[in-house]
Amino acid sequence: MFRYYLGLGLYSLRRNPALTALMIVLIGAGVASSMITFAALRAITADPLPAKSAQLFVPQIDNFGPVNGTPDGEPPLMLSYIDTMALLRAHRAEREAALYPVRFSLVPAEVTHAPFTVQGYAVTGDTFAMFGVPFLYGSDWSKKDDTEGSNALVISRRLNEKIFDGVNSIGRTVRLDDHDYRVVGVANDWNPQPRFYANADIHDVSEVGEAPDFFLPFARAVNQQMTSRWGNFCPADDYSKDSDWPAMLQSECVWISFWVQLPTAAVVQRYREFLDGYAAEQQRVGRFHWAPNNRLHNLLPWLDYVHAVPEETHVSFLLALGLQLVCLVNTIGLLLAKFMRRRGEIGVRRALGASRRAIYAQFLTEAGMIGVVGGALGLPLTIFGVSSMGSFFEPRVARLVHVDVSLLGLTLLTAIVATVIAALYPTWRAAQVQPAWQLKAN
Amino acid sequence: MASLQIRPILAALRHHRGATALIVLQIALTLGIVCNALFIIQQRLEHIARPTGIDEANIAVIHNQWIGKYTTAQMDAMTLSDLAALQRLPGVADAYDDYTYPAVGPMAQLSSVRYTRDQPKKTSYAEPYYADDHALSTLGLRLIAGRNFRADEIMVVGDADTQMPPVIIITSDLAERLFPRQTVVGRVVYLGDTPSTIIGVIAHLQVPAIGTHSFAYCAVLLPRRNANFFNNGSYYIVRAQPGQLDAVIRAAPRALLKLNRMRVLDEAGGMQRYSDLREIGYLRDRGMTLLLSMICAVLLAATVGGVVGLSSFWVSQRQKQIGIRRALGATRSDILRYFQAENFLIVSFGVVLGMVLAFALSITLMKYYELPRLPLYYLPIGALLLWLLGQLAVLGPALRAAAVPPVVATRSV
Repeated sequence: MFRYYLGLGLYSLRRNPALTALMIVLIGAGVASSMITFAALRAITADPLPAKSAQLFVPQIDNFGPVNGTPDGEPPLMLSYIDTMALLRAHRAEREAALYPVRFSLVPAEVTHAPFTVQGYAVTGDTFAMFGVPFLYGSDWSKKDDTEGSNALVISRRLNEKIFDGVNSIGRTVRLDDHDYRVVGVANDWNPQPRFYANADIHDVSEVGEAPDFFLPFARAVNQQMTSRWGNFCPADDYSKDSDWPAMLQSECVWISFWVQLPTAAVVQRYREFLDGYAAEQQRVGRFHWAPNNRLHNLLPWLDYVHAVPEETHVSFLLALGLQLVCLVNTIGLLLAKFMRRRGEIGVRRALGASRRAIYAQFLTEAGMIGVVGGALGLPLTIFGVSSMGSFFEPRVARLVHVDVSLLGLTLLTAIVATVIAALYPTWRAAQVQPAWQLKAN
Repeated sequence: MASLQIRPILAALRHHRGATALIVLQIALTLGIVCNALFIIQQRLEHIARPTGIDEANIAVIHNQWIGKYTTAQMDAMTLSDLAALQRLPGVADAYDDYTYPAVGPMAQLSSVRYTRDQPKKTSYAEPYYADDHALSTLGLRLIAGRNFRADEIMVVGDADTQMPPVIIITSDLAERLFPRQTVVGRVVYLGDTPSTIIGVIAHLQVPAIGTHSFAYCAVLLPRRNANFFNNGSYYIVRAQPGQLDAVIRAAPRALLKLNRMRVLDEAGGMQRYSDLREIGYLRDRGMTLLLSMICAVLLAATVGGVVGLSSFWVSQRQKQIGIRRALGATRSDILRYFQAENFLIVSFGVVLGMVLAFALSITLMKYYELPRLPLYYLPIGALLLWLLGQLAVLGPALRAAAVPPVVATRSV
């Protein structure tokens, strides 16, 4: 029976080629526009660390207060050195990572090679295990390296290929600015996007999402007085602090990203209480002149909180969905016209014994065929749109977007389902046709 | 004549309630989406068109980072000899060193301006440039009042130096916010804990950060030089004499490397035209404009297509009635006008519903994203657009209807 309906549908679609073509183009264009924008949205809102994200949290402590803080009363996104060290010493989380971005000039051993800039992070030792950084060679640095701030260095696979031709470089030396560092590990392609872990770096468009070139011990960077590549944010009443590094470390300026790993809800709750207790203690000793105002965001809500996803991506997806809705309404109208033109045929079929069910089956099959062809047209449009993503979205978003089987499958599925849904009302109207009335009219 | 036809049109539409409702809905959705999309496009275009206030066509920028550990004073001496070398290059009008560059700069500092030291809330936000006595001439900025910095006023600073300079130059926009319609030169404001006297006022100059809207022209020139701003190095900004920019862009990196090789110039390998940097900075806005324009175009095309399709269907369905009307004396233009009036009526229903939808969508967008409210004048513009497109779409089917000969009335079927 299905084959018979397919035949009928094909015949009917060929009878008004212009109308059929119009519907196919509408469905193709509609589904492609929403799929292109969806691909961008999907890429940028994807969980950057699916295996770990549920356990990763960002503590925020309000050390700015209501006068110096933001108008909406949210605490700073990063921590001061005082609070960072206090949280590390208290060690209330399973794992903790303090980090900040730094930049060096790398001077190659061969004098003929020009120096170039490398960017990376000063991190505490837990960072590698906490974020699941895989190693190609070697491993992370020792506990001793971490606390003493030795010249241990973990470099990226890309940097290893650039300066060591990709060989096992453990124990080799890298000269960053005017200091030598000893390679202890080569990280294997670790580059979660967006760069969630670098609280102030999420919006950084200048480095179009390349993996960090290196990691060095946090204590080393602090001992060497390396400033954060992103500068620091100071409350206005702390500007007058003496202009030396030890004073900066004791100031309320915030410049350190801090992450904790909390495995269960109960542990999260305990950590919240710990933060509030800490802030209350700071208030008691006179450092804070306001009630505790802390936050503890999980990774995905955190990305929302810092607006890591550019609003263009959302707005354009929303408007593209609107476009698809219009195309759908349009298809309903055109299908209605098409089906109602065949009242006579329906009347004859009904009079010859076809049930309403049969009418439904016939017309929905026909709609499905339009959906398949419309979806097939949508496929190249989607592929074309995604491949020219660079002209619609900023490079940081565009480079994440790609066509895969699931996107193409979704394109086809959306086209078919949407068309069949659009056909429900016209089909219902077709099934309501009274055979006797139609026969009489003819 | 047309007004007389409204009653029969309404009667006919009542017979096709389903189809009519679908077209009305479609027109309404189209209007709602197109109005909001056009509004976003217009805002982005305005954003892109904002003037920087500098001599864009003749300016180029190169990033410099020293390799090795130097004291602030050593690094500044190196920077000064770089600047001298750049200023000596043939074709160069002037050059200075800054931690960022105008409008699409990679970095910006947010400062707040206060009238007094102890004032709890800021009077205005501002974003500083680190300028010297060559900055105004390099950027091509015009002093409206007061004077330029003197060479001896320039403070050489490191990252930890937060002391605000005793003299500053501000833009006329910031001046107007701080001291509306008053003399500004000689007034004292606080950017930190120490007072700064305003010694000069310049015309328009955009702040470094591209996303700034509410204080986009509230720039402050601080007489400061920092050759390694938070380990990010600094930017040499160079203005060439007219027609000399390309020659300067080729010569400058070579001259700098000849002076000292222990440095990293831009990863891209050299100096970039300011106009190119500005273009890159606005890619995001341009992309959004392009994407929304395409969505609008497809949307309007889809609506026109839909109207053509349904009108054609109605015309073919009413062949017999049209024939009867023609036989009873209706002229071709009567038939034409009937379908045009019908379309106008349907689009009007859609427009009314669409205005409500446009507003609802605007409020939703405002709630979740940083978008201002849709200005009212978009509604009549959108309505006019849809009326025109509706008439355009119905013209073909209506002409075909008008061409139906009266003899059709006499045929069965």
